Amino acid sequence: MSNGSPKTLLDKVWSDHVVAAETPDTPALLYVDLHLIHEVTTPQAFTVLRQRGLRVRRPDLTLGTLDHSTPTTPVASFRDLAVAGDNAARQVRTMQDNCREFAIELFGFGSEHRGIVHVIGPELGATQPGKTIVCGDSHTSTHGAFGALAFGIGTTEVGHVLATQCLLQRRPKTLAIDIDGRLARGVTAKDAILATIGQIGVDGGTGHVIEYRGTAITAMSMDERMTVCNMSIEAGARAGMIAPDDTTFAYLEHRPRAPKGAAWAASVQRWRNLQSDPGAVFDRSVAVQGDQLSPMVTFGTNPGMVVAVDAEVPEGAGKPGFRKALDYMQLNPGQPMSEVDVDVVFIGSCTNSRLSDLQQAANLLRGRKIADGVTMLVVPGSQQVKKQAEAIGLDEIFRAAGAQWRESGCSMCLGMNNDTVPRGKLSVSTSNRNFEGRQGIGARTVLASPLTAAASAIAGKIADPRRYL
Amino acid sequence: MLAVDDVDTDQIIPARFLTTTSRDGLGQHLFHDWRYLADGRENPEFVLNSPAARGCKVLVAGRNFGCGSSREHAPWALLDYGIKAVISTEFADIFRSNSLKNGLLPILVQPDVHQQLLRDPGETIRVDLTTSTVTLADGSSVTFPIDAFARYCLIEGIDQLGFLQNHLADIGNFEETRPWKP
Repeated sequence: MSNGSPKTLLDKVWSDHVVAAETPDTPALLYVDLHLIHEVTTPQAFTVLRQRGLRVRRPDLTLGTLDHSTPTTPVASFRDLAVAGDNAARQVRTMQDNCREFAIELFGFGSEHRGIVHVIGPELGATQPGKTIVCGDSHTSTHGAFGALAFGIGTTEVGHVLATQCLLQRRPKTLAIDIDGRLARGVTAKDAILATIGQIGVDGGTGHVIEYRGTAITAMSMDERMTVCNMSIEAGARAGMIAPDDTTFAYLEHRPRAPKGAAWAASVQRWRNLQSDPGAVFDRSVAVQGDQLSPMVTFGTNPGMVVAVDAEVPEGAGKPGFRKALDYMQLNPGQPMSEVDVDVVFIGSCTNSRLSDLQQAANLLRGRKIADGVTMLVVPGSQQVKKQAEAIGLDEIFRAAGAQWRESGCSMCLGMNNDTVPRGKLSVSTSNRNFEGRQGIGARTVLASPLTAAASAIAGKIADPRRYL
Repeated sequence: MLAVDDVDTDQIIPARFLTTTSRDGLGQHLFHDWRYLADGRENPEFVLNSPAARGCKVLVAGRNFGCGSSREHAPWALLDYGIKAVISTEFADIFRSNSLKNGLLPILVQPDVHQQLLRDPGETIRVDLTTSTVTLADGSSVTFPIDAFARYCLIEGIDQLGFLQNHLADIGNFEETRPWKP
């Protein structure tokens, strides 16, 4: 396997998991090393298993959590917790029953490891370089930050993995994205990926697996790399990957599910080979000038409609859907983004809810107040993040500034749990999708970094965080 | 006929309808927030509410249809509503994969054919999966690309989970012999 032509990182991880090779008539059988499941996209898959009398083949390679339709309102104990809505409550109960019946480990209410599925996998050290990781959730691309091949699947495929631990897949194409140069002060990983999506478009990665490379990427922490890989799907790519390095290994060492002792050393040795070989050929490549980037915000209704925070809404003549998007957002071409009033600020989601995201926002908010009329929610990505944040007093900073400090979950990213943005209101959100109605019926979403979100909360208008640093 | 690009799965089926534990009955929520006004009445401006569109089985949509979330509820909702095929110049990867597993045909056509279809809403077209062709109202026909395995499964009624289960020996062997274990 080490012979022959130079290989990409994808080639290496892919070939390591092929149970049966792809032919013109049939896709490859690809083995799955880690299957993450949550309450929303699994009930119908378990129904199929039950109908056919099938077992879960590898419950030991399957991890469950409750995150999407769960409440985030602070409670003393989850024991008496009322999940909002009968359907959501039934869905949560169904997940609990399914995990019990099929002997799958579930980080449920009361578990100190519960949280957003893409936050807890890495946090536990279950996410590791070279693994194949799937979940019925498009933001599974997040785990690619560790040099895993990680992608979202549909519910039918969730059933396939539960029953056989395999998927039928054709090998995707490869897209190298090199982000070079040092990001300026106030410019974050979120800004880098928003700018990248703006550059290649929301379908720029369709059919491809992205490998992010370059000096801006290698300088990033794991939290930042996860933010980048998380939004690969917003460029149409099912997966984004970053070659593992010492930053990756330092993050993983001593995590509960990471290899220990001699197994750790052997794993690191194996992981060090997970790099694209010099001369490896990609189907496409794109360069992004990292040192030229500003803090970015979206102005439209998809994540490719981005502009620098200190710029104006672009003219966009001739771009399809442009007028429709601006009408929905109630914005006009030429209008400075800094004049846009803000009603709601959301810091959270699998994109930006990790400890360093919260720290950045808290540092900016320390000693300041959010503007009158602004509602601000801070929703940590997991109960672990919540605990760590509280241990260093971040919750106090947020509360003192006038923000709400919540339990972990997906929350206002998609508003499945009644954390929604009211109709017509404008939200500056650290999440990943500014689609129409994503955060609530008629809600207007502006995607931004935690720094920009915090600055905007203070100003009551979309604000350049560099003014506050 | 939905000549908008980048229609995401949040439009096809908004997240608040995903609390179901069944595949059935999602058609009533298809394109909910475009299809209905705030007071719950049908939005007369939305194409699916036009008299000509009632009962249509083919949706012609803009490029990058089905982008965003991996929710399989999107093809479930389209099928439950009565749509059998979506025609576009580009589909998002996960939506296309989910559609093929449920018998919803994502038909990829060139921009000129797409334009022709957009000019003639309500025309009757014929889709033949065995030859991968679409015959337009004017009698001209074009072939469309479709994964050979997906097409085979749809025509022969092959169940992909059953296909995978036929490989259980290979899967067991892979688990036994791989050089490292997850």
